Amino acid sequence: MKTRILVLTLFWCSSFLFAQDYFPQNDGVKSKNNNYTAFTNAKIYVTPTQIIENGTLLIQNGKVIQVGKSVTLPKNTVKIDATGKSIYPSFIDIYSDFGVEKPKRATSRGRSSEYKPTREGFYWNDHIMPETNAISDYKFDTKKAKELREAGFGIVNTHLQDGIARGTGVLVALNSEGTDANRVLDDKSAQYFSFDRSVTKNQSYPTSLMGTTALLRQMYSDMNWYAKGNIDTKDRSLEALIANKNLTQIIEAKDKAKDILADKIGDAYGIQYTILAGGDEYENIAEIKATNAKYIIPLNFPKAYDVSNPYQAGYVSLEDMRHWNLAPSNPKVLTDNGVQYAITLYDSKSTKTFKENLLKAISYGLPKTKALEALTTVPAQILGKSTEIGSLQSGSYANFLIASGDIFDKKTTLYENWVQGQKSVINDINLKDIRGDYNLTVDNTTYELNITGDLSKPKATVKLDTTKLTSKIKYSNDWLDLSFSTKNDDLYRMTGLVSKTSDNLEGRLILPTGKETFFKAIKTTSFSEKEKDKKENKSIKLMPIHYPNIGYGYTTKPTQETILFKNATVWTGEDAGVLKNTDVLIKNGKITKIGTNLNAGNAKLVDATGKHVTAGIIDEHSHIALLSVNESGQNSSAEVTMEDAVNSEDMNIYRNLAGGVTTSQLLHGSANPIGGRSAIIKLKWGESADKMIYNNSPKFIKFALGENVKQSNWGSYSRFPQTRMGVEQVYMNYFQRGKEYDALKKSGKPYRYDEEMEVIAEILNGERFISCHSYVQSEINMLMKVADKFDFKINTFTHILEGYKVADKMAKHGVGGSTFSDWWAYKYEVNDAIPYNAAIMHSQGVTVAINSDDREMSRRLNQEAGKIVKYGDVSEEEAWKMVTINPAKLLHLDDRTGSIKIGKDADVVLWSGHPLSVYARAEKTIIDGAVYFDIEKDQQQRNLIQEERNMLINMMLKEKESGKPTQKPTKKHNEEFHCDTL
Amino acid sequence: MKKILYTLLIFSFISVGFAQQTPAKKQTEAITIEGATAHLGNGKIIENSLIMFENGKLTFVGSANMRIARKGTVINAKDKHIYPGFIAPAKSLGLVEVNAVRASDDQDEIGEMIPHIRSIIAYNAESKVVESMRPNGVLLAQVTPKGGRISGTSSIVQFDAWNWEDAIVKEDDGIHMHWPNYFRQGRRRAGEEPGYRPNEKYSEELDKISVFFENALAYSKATAKELNPAFKAMNGVFEGSQKFYIYANGEKEIIDAITIAKEGGAKKIVLVGGYQAYKITNFLKENDIPVLINFTHTLPEFEDDDYNLPYKNPKLLVDAGLIVGLQNASVSNFQTRNLPFYAGQIVGQGLDKEVALQLITGNNAKILGIDSDYGTLEVGKSATLFISKGDALDMRTNLLSKAYIDGRDISLETHQTKLWKRYMNKYEGTK
Repeated sequence: MKTRILVLTLFWCSSFLFAQDYFPQNDGVKSKNNNYTAFTNAKIYVTPTQIIENGTLLIQNGKVIQVGKSVTLPKNTVKIDATGKSIYPSFIDIYSDFGVEKPKRATSRGRSSEYKPTREGFYWNDHIMPETNAISDYKFDTKKAKELREAGFGIVNTHLQDGIARGTGVLVALNSEGTDANRVLDDKSAQYFSFDRSVTKNQSYPTSLMGTTALLRQMYSDMNWYAKGNIDTKDRSLEALIANKNLTQIIEAKDKAKDILADKIGDAYGIQYTILAGGDEYENIAEIKATNAKYIIPLNFPKAYDVSNPYQAGYVSLEDMRHWNLAPSNPKVLTDNGVQYAITLYDSKSTKTFKENLLKAISYGLPKTKALEALTTVPAQILGKSTEIGSLQSGSYANFLIASGDIFDKKTTLYENWVQGQKSVINDINLKDIRGDYNLTVDNTTYELNITGDLSKPKATVKLDTTKLTSKIKYSNDWLDLSFSTKNDDLYRMTGLVSKTSDNLEGRLILPTGKETFFKAIKTTSFSEKEKDKKENKSIKLMPIHYPNIGYGYTTKPTQETILFKNATVWTGEDAGVLKNTDVLIKNGKITKIGTNLNAGNAKLVDATGKHVTAGIIDEHSHIALLSVNESGQNSSAEVTMEDAVNSEDMNIYRNLAGGVTTSQLLHGSANPIGGRSAIIKLKWGESADKMIYNNSPKFIKFALGENVKQSNWGSYSRFPQTRMGVEQVYMNYFQRGKEYDALKKSGKPYRYDEEMEVIAEILNGERFISCHSYVQSEINMLMKVADKFDFKINTFTHILEGYKVADKMAKHGVGGSTFSDWWAYKYEVNDAIPYNAAIMHSQGVTVAINSDDREMSRRLNQEAGKIVKYGDVSEEEAWKMVTINPAKLLHLDDRTGSIKIGKDADVVLWSGHPLSVYARAEKTIIDGAVYFDIEKDQQQRNLIQEERNMLINMMLKEKESGKPTQKPTKKHNEEFHCDTL
Repeated sequence: MKKILYTLLIFSFISVGFAQQTPAKKQTEAITIEGATAHLGNGKIIENSLIMFENGKLTFVGSANMRIARKGTVINAKDKHIYPGFIAPAKSLGLVEVNAVRASDDQDEIGEMIPHIRSIIAYNAESKVVESMRPNGVLLAQVTPKGGRISGTSSIVQFDAWNWEDAIVKEDDGIHMHWPNYFRQGRRRAGEEPGYRPNEKYSEELDKISVFFENALAYSKATAKELNPAFKAMNGVFEGSQKFYIYANGEKEIIDAITIAKEGGAKKIVLVGGYQAYKITNFLKENDIPVLINFTHTLPEFEDDDYNLPYKNPKLLVDAGLIVGLQNASVSNFQTRNLPFYAGQIVGQGLDKEVALQLITGNNAKILGIDSDYGTLEVGKSATLFISKGDALDMRTNLLSKAYIDGRDISLETHQTKLWKRYMNKYEGTK
């Protein structure tokens, strides 16, 4: 059972102060107020779906006593006639930082990173702070509370928004008249997590999304291990995690990819997070729905870009324009797909923009009932507080709004927001509408008076005949002050109490002479609001969703086809060599026939006369399609996996397809001797990350040697190792520890699950393969010797620029080499890098691949293979294998892809000419039998992109013309990742 | 494998050292190359050609069917190809050896407007990177300082020299200026998003340029009592004896750059970069601006751009009738040996092969102002050329057997070929 402050019976004192029963009172005598208050004849939303017309709401002591059509009112009831008014439960903001001071950014200490934690008796990583309790930092913010009440909120759920594990939050009623003894409804309302490091801490790890993800996983493992009493030392962080594990668990994900990642982490530990979403969930709704998580949705719809300057407009991508167009439909899409969500103020610039965006979402199809649920019952339910907040069922807190009508109508006036039975007036409910046209008689002259504008802040114009006079009006507390001056600067001042019964205005008049007399204004016409926003309700045009939802995305995902290539030159990559005038049939995602005069059947026929058909290119070393590349916070990061950081919406995927690439190994960078695990993907443009990653993927990990792991080129001097000598010792140490770990694990004795050691043990057991970034011969040789000592093989040396110097040793060890064709001179350690490297290694029997490590080069790896023909005289067939079957072998995928062979995956490219030639273009790139790039379709896409851009630009121009706020054009920074990108 | 063995036999007698290649001796004897396909670098081609040169100059360029006496050493180049030496503009070759080693980097001096900074005196004629250009046919370059607004003064060199003085083809040929960007990247330190946003200082930066031009021009009109080296260095630009290279890529930046530089008094302007030049070819034509377009092996700048825009961009300008050369100013110097393949890439986009070749030979020479001697195979011009086994624009067949600079028979060995042979020897020796 959750700990919670005992909320004592509330006393509604005549002084409007709360006091606790057992507290002594010395400023008077104790006096209780147990009167009831009833609101009668109102339209009452008990819940968003239970609505009572002409109902009565009866409250006492800050709680709802009864609500219904006919409620018997006790005698000591104060009755408030709410005829024509609507009563709603007050809103709940489930994701707030109300009353909690914004964390202050730590000053960075010098150039070198900090690797140690700063705390003692807590978790080893400073960014894990589950022991934080927002209540100890919380202070009721009266000013903010007022602002929130005016926006309709009665309850906020607040926490300290800092760190990866953030501790618990506080549920607070926005009752400025109360004390924390009654308005703090729960001081451990939920437990919070995020993917963001603490800004208050400098500890280096984690520096990446993969690192954060791995850290969360390890934290949960350690929690379980600690809970079983296996750790001798005190860890207050883990103790807090254990204590709070039954609370609602909320994680801040903030975009659709991280939503899914968060859910995956939770699944692994039996936790169903409630996820703070990003607002782009509509782009991948099927997978969002499949998480079965509840979401918290911010209403952070982007403003239109100011595209009035065409040069600036050019910088805005179609992706960003589409998001502007579609973001307001996010709540509707979630609703349509049955996703449960709460709506939060989080990420809204102000309560005003929040309200505007809420109404916008409704105009984009969000049903009002769902909007109300998302602000009341759903957040209450997420927090397990349905009986107390979020509705007006008897027993609930008396938190409710009184409005002139439909709360989600622009014209509705919100009169009062009652929180815990405490009234806050937002607009005077009894304020009489004095707007209209009058005949104002002053000093025997009749003027024309028009009162318009807001009900509570009206504007007046006074005319004599047709001449407009300077005038002032003030209307508050039922009193009207009006003054005007004539052309002769004669000032007439009036004040009067507005009558409840008469529509006419009358009262005291002070003449310019100072003489006091009376005025009277006879109402001639009532005020009627003009239909201002008729125009806005014009049908909203929404762009179709594309997969991915950026330029060159497809409206439907490519599907498997049966295709027959006729009369092609076929580069089999097998013993069959290069076959002329040959047909290739692909069906059900596989290569099914290779031969001459094959029967097309119902296959799509592709005349490949004069063209070449090859297997798709495989890039052994790529960093495209990633959200992050290096976890540099530690010298080993075996626990991280690039599968957690795959970005399925990187335009470079499409561009690589246009260069004939079908498979890429997304490697961790080279910031540390032991890097992270790989993601091996097929470039299935339009699919989600999970579907791109190979099924039953071979397991790989990146290691690295050389200048990067020594941090030679970026002035960092504090991390071990700083020399190649140290690098060897890192490996020796880790493998020895991995061995000991594995032995303990296999012994059946209890052991602390350590994801990093699990991975090291996989390597030792031959279940995971190393692809090692390497430059000079000494270190290459060293790593092979280390492996020999631990009785396993290095699988691949990648880059391997001095591989040619130890090619014989490599062949003997059985390691492959995956290298650049001709890069050198960029670092000291590539002084002896030569373009003949591939040829020499090949000549000594090493399996050689040519890789890119570069998103530009990767889209023309065929040409890089062509260079191997030039440098070292390798035959064309062998050179071609270096970008297809050889990398497939190195990746242990050669039974599935990498050559044109019956039964293999139909990962096939149609080239306009000789595939090794600089003149060749990829015309079709096919993966598992589906066409992911087609040069003709590409042309059509270009036109569609121009059309859609134009359409959206015009829509944004109109938005600007109509006076709506805009933002400056921006262009996303698409960071280029290499091995050494930090 | 057999091929390699054969190659090894040939090479096994050559000693391997680590010194740079010794510059070749002056041409003393006439050389005749017969039977090759000659690619003249001006768009023309001669099948079964006859090329003769003496004292470093071409004396005959024509058909082998000509009944004319073959002079000196005759090289039978049947089935082979002859090309003028490729010319690489806007590179810091010889100014930086290893990018990551600061001590080896002399390409970027501090200061914003420093036209008086001269690249040539820092040019390392014995650079291993420079040496590695030659086996791919790149024989000349414009050695150019980098960075700042006005980076300094370039010079044009040939790649077979004992020292910078010997290397000079054209000293102090031009001044290089990097135009401000209309959009700038967000500064993380200032708490900005890392994306691009309008550069609020753009017009301020333009104003600074105009003021510099005005002052430099005024300075050139009178005899100054006190020397202002930066202003003085601009004289050649105003006189037209030095070209003014402006690096700009956006449509707006290009228009601003050309307009302001012209107004400022620059006589011979060359646009370097020109990513969006294809949108304003008429403007460039009207202003008579040649373009050193970005090399092709780059990525599109904008997400929605055609995937092959960098590949076809030079063709778009050629088709519009502009004078177009090809440069790879923005990447590491070692990449410049791929210059022929950048040109080959455009052929894949439908540009005629000989026109593509022109972009790195005749046109680059014309734009750099060395076309009286270099860039094409024409009688009277320098015998700076090479023989390739096959099509030199395609990596598979770019295989040089001979190269000449000013008629001198230069070595095609490099630090890299030596290592290749050294290790192949080792392996063959141990078997």
